[in-house]
Amino acid sequence: MAVHLFAEALDPWETLIRHQQGLTAGCFGATAIFVGTMRDFNEGDDIQAMTLEHYPGMTERQLEAIEQEAREQWTPEDALIAHRVGRIHPGDPIVLVAVWSAHRQAAFEACRFIMEALKSRAPFWKQERLQSGQQRWVSGNTSGM
Amino acid sequence: MTITVLYFASLREFSGCPREEMDATGIHCVLDVWRNAQEGRPLPPRTLIAVNQEYAAADHPVREGDEVAFFPPVTGG
Repeated sequence: MAVHLFAEALDPWETLIRHQQGLTAGCFGATAIFVGTMRDFNEGDDIQAMTLEHYPGMTERQLEAIEQEAREQWTPEDALIAHRVGRIHPGDPIVLVAVWSAHRQAAFEACRFIMEALKSRAPFWKQERLQSGQQRWVSGNTSGM
Repeated sequence: MTITVLYFASLREFSGCPREEMDATGIHCVLDVWRNAQEGRPLPPRTLIAVNQEYAAADHPVREGDEVAFFPPVTGG
């Protein structure tokens, strides 16, 4: 189980491969992956860039607690959360969640759980910069369920 | 008695600083911390609170050395 915050570019595929190389081949039969990427639009406006702020210490603790809850409920072989902080642009990956499990049900469900819990509990905040140059805080996450 | 108060995102802008140390003599709970720091300005609606990096309610007790944080709803992922 791992949590990584990236202040510079996050390459989800390279991160995924590197993590999986540390797992024992044959112990998992299913890998569920979610990658979240920055859009160039939100609430009807064109977005030029975004800054992701976090609470150093608490953010990592929350993500580790979420992984632990997923482990207790679905007993996957492993789980990985990677998240960007700092300034990003449309097309940049924001978040990677991956779960390795013996079977697909646990992998899918744990991956979904981790992502939804991250959205509602992990202390990150997005500030958007519009094409007009105006800056605004994103007011809240919508439920993905 | 000293505590550390942290503000994030829009509440950092609201308070005008990211962090302050506060003499918390006579302060009992998180809401007292806010009132003391913000000189009576009401806590903005939907504000989230953490004490020592765990989510807490406004009536959560505060002790010497605690880290109290105020921030808006989270928007990661």
